Amino acid sequence: MPDVNITVDGKKLAVPAGTLLIEACKSVGIEVPSFCYYPGLSLQGACRMCLVKIEKMPKLQTACTTVVTEGMVVSTEIDEVRQARKAMLELLLANHPLDCPVCDAGGECELQDMTFSYGAAESKLIDIKNHKDEQQWSPVVYFDRPRCIMCYRCVRICGEGMDVWALGTANRGSAQLIMPNHSDYLECEECGMCIDICPVGALTSGAYRYKTRPWEMKHVGTVCTHCADGCKTTLGVRRSPTGMQIVRGDNRDKSGINGDFLCIKGRYAFDFASHDHRIQQPLIRREGRHVPASYDQAYEHIALRLKEIREQHGGHAIGVIGSTRTSNEESYLLQKFARLLLGTNNIDHHRTADFPSFAGALARKKDATASMRDVFNAPAILLIGNDPTEQHPLLAWQIRNNVRLHRARLYVVNSSPIKLRRQAASFTQIPAGSEPQLAAFLAGDDSAANALASGEITREALAALRDKLRGEPNLIIIFGSELRGSSIDSLVRFGAAISGAKFVCLGDYANSRGAADMGLYPDLLPGYVPVGSGARFHEEWGAPVPTEPGMNLLQMVDAAKAGRLKALYIVGANPVARYNLDPFALSKTFIVAHDMFLTETALLAEVILPAANAYEKSGTFTNTCGDLQLLKKAGDITTVKSDFEMLLRVADRLGFDLRQLVPFRQAERADLGQSRGAQSGEADRHAIWLEAHGLEPKLSPFDPIAMLDEIQRLVPGYDVSRVELLAGNDQHTSIEAGVASSIASQPELILPANDTLFTSGTLGRYSRTLNSVIENPRRAPADKADREVVV
Amino acid sequence: MPLSAEERREIEAEFPRYPTRRAVCIDAMKIVQRHRGWISDESLEDIAQLLEMSLDELDGVATFYNLLFRKPVGRHVVLLCDSVSCWIMGYDRLRERLCSKLGARLGETTADGRFTLLPIVCLGACDHAPAMMVDEDLHRDLDPEKAEQALENYK
Ligand code: SF4
Ligand code: SF4
Ligand code: SF4
Ligand code: FES
Ligand code: FES
Repeated sequence: MPDVNITVDGKKLAVPAGTLLIEACKSVGIEVPSFCYYPGLSLQGACRMCLVKIEKMPKLQTACTTVVTEGMVVSTEIDEVRQARKAMLELLLANHPLDCPVCDAGGECELQDMTFSYGAAESKLIDIKNHKDEQQWSPVVYFDRPRCIMCYRCVRICGEGMDVWALGTANRGSAQLIMPNHSDYLECEECGMCIDICPVGALTSGAYRYKTRPWEMKHVGTVCTHCADGCKTTLGVRRSPTGMQIVRGDNRDKSGINGDFLCIKGRYAFDFASHDHRIQQPLIRREGRHVPASYDQAYEHIALRLKEIREQHGGHAIGVIGSTRTSNEESYLLQKFARLLLGTNNIDHHRTADFPSFAGALARKKDATASMRDVFNAPAILLIGNDPTEQHPLLAWQIRNNVRLHRARLYVVNSSPIKLRRQAASFTQIPAGSEPQLAAFLAGDDSAANALASGEITREALAALRDKLRGEPNLIIIFGSELRGSSIDSLVRFGAAISGAKFVCLGDYANSRGAADMGLYPDLLPGYVPVGSGARFHEEWGAPVPTEPGMNLLQMVDAAKAGRLKALYIVGANPVARYNLDPFALSKTFIVAHDMFLTETALLAEVILPAANAYEKSGTFTNTCGDLQLLKKAGDITTVKSDFEMLLRVADRLGFDLRQLVPFRQAERADLGQSRGAQSGEADRHAIWLEAHGLEPKLSPFDPIAMLDEIQRLVPGYDVSRVELLAGNDQHTSIEAGVASSIASQPELILPANDTLFTSGTLGRYSRTLNSVIENPRRAPADKADREVVV
Repeated sequence: MPLSAEERREIEAEFPRYPTRRAVCIDAMKIVQRHRGWISDESLEDIAQLLEMSLDELDGVATFYNLLFRKPVGRHVVLLCDSVSCWIMGYDRLRERLCSKLGARLGETTADGRFTLLPIVCLGACDHAPAMMVDEDLHRDLDPEKAEQALENYK
């Protein structure tokens, strides 16, 4: 669109036609105060805070609803405007209690800032202020009516952004108020978006209210550890007797792939970290009971037994199970530890998607995967299977808002009427379990339509859908774990005929993509390189490693039952509960577990090491789209350690040269503190620059960045910009590069997490917030829940 | 009681006049109110469903407009203006007389269900203050006697 010339406060500027005046002003650094205006939401014009003078217009105009026109001359700093702002504030404050000293928002409140800037704290009104007591609407959402300034941001974000429509207004004038969908309580997705977007302290969260003040916390931007979407979340941490406690999660930092969004898990379910049941010291089982031990004793015990078993029975008698929630560096280290040090390829993890087949199908295709940001910008999206609203809340947000703001065309194919169908240009319901036939049909196999067609979904309708999709350049194809193995091949073949088509393969849990990329497979090295053709790795590692595929998770359990597997080293996983294993099958095996809690699996271990979670360490995560992001240490419990450190300590006890595991000490420089996370200050920023330029000190083997070096060097697709990554920006990796096309995956081992919005595997059980929502008596039981709005 | 066929037909007849169904919400509520006197939670739900709106949004509209009734009202609704001009010209005397005559306070309905007495902001009849409306009729230049008399015509 051609530019329009306007003048603001004497400054001449040209902005694209259609720009809102408030945005035009912002673009040249002129701030027009506003409350109800919020980029990306519909215009409201409710607060009148943004009044400005426009020449030739008789009255002041709202800058947030005025579109620039050629020759417009605007004044924002004249007395008339200043007076109007002050008057508007006075009206907003007419019933506002100004209880900033006790209000959660104090120090971060837009009304407070404006009142300071434009001075209207003294009122001309003598009437008594309306009062209404604070109300609890849900375990998460509290409402303090007198503080509300009726900006409607909460109503709009819930309706337009979340498509939940749980909030509304009632009455008018000074009696007007925000109402929850059930006269005095809320039943909704509990995302907390309304709380975060509230410019004042009217909506507050059950997790944070009255706990602390914003200036008493440090704020650390890191990545959510729940689902596989990788939202950036800012954790507020505060000193506690045991280290640093996380007291708040939000997304102050809107630079993340999630923009404004966080779901309940990223925002409130950090509380598992301070759960009473956290294991805070190593435990060794003696005479049938787990008793506390020192780290030294624990490492010694593990090293002795592992050495013994390896010498007597060989590496193939040892198995290793990795985690979908440890960092890439830890997963990479773990497989290296298994292969190089224990001499075994018996390594696996809880698989939730067929990433190997995906990588194989995409082999040597360039730019074939879509990033989470792409999902928000693509002109068209095809979603097959999965229910993103429950299992991938961020992905659902991206899709929904892409449709709303960019008019993307969404095609949904699913066996259930999932909520996202409401945004869909076309919704095709197919019989449960027929997703593979759909993939085959799309790839051109017309006979596959037999299994799909029923009722309204005729063969003609299916063919029409296929034709339509073929005519959608730059289509993003997103599929759930319903598609595996050769079905993924078919789908990729279908996509190959569409110019610019990209794919997203949906796995569950925060770093399951990372676990797969880092080679937690019995037959695949990092980057999906078959164990038999890992010359590059062998060279780098400087030692022979087993080239025969090892046992997968279920085979390991069988071998344990048969007495062939003597030891099992489990890092941050709960296979006993996830795969519903018979605990007795593992009774003869020496088990080591790194865990935060005494889970069903940890209970079977002879030695338990108390592990730090992803919020308590640095490193990187890869989300399900392949976006690589930096984890920063936020919380801390002084007596627990990262899996990275503990693995290395065990390796050290086994007499292994740590430099072979972690390439550290290749340059002699002072430690600038980059591994200390939240507790470090200035030096940390300096270290970012050093690291980015390959000058990092890496004096310590416990520095995960040293491992990242090796990952970036050896894992295909991970050679992304280090500067961007360390600066906290997401970097899209590309698994397709350099992968062999014939990967034999074992789709039968895939077990989707089937988490809902309010569950998160084993971890979720330890979140008070999630439990309080699940157990909330005023919410329909999960199996009957129809969180959808009555429309 | 679900929407009657007639109510539904009347509402649907409005659809072609607007770009979206939501835009019909005020008319729809007026139609239901004409048939039933007021808009119950149940009616609200039915209308919301028909108009593809969220219940909350519709209730926001319903409670915004003071001529849409969310509680049962009597056969006739008396709207007594309590804004500046009428106040100056004797609104309080009118109110006292009507309240004692009807045995109901502002916001209440008479025991026989004949009248509901409500305050209202300026009726735009300041030049003939004090004023009131009964149902659709405006009564101007009132005094207590005239007001009392006016009610006689509403059975
Ligand atoms: S769904 Fe989210 S935005 Fe809507 S009311 Fe619930 S917590 Fe607030
Ligand atoms: S509760 Fe907050 S976001 Fe909602 S209208 Fe009031 S001030 Fe605005
Ligand atoms: S969508 Fe996923 S990554 Fe984002 S906050 Fe929720 S659980 Fe965390
Ligand atoms: S910001 Fe313009 S009216 Fe509220
Ligand atoms: S003040 Fe009563 S009609 Fe205007």
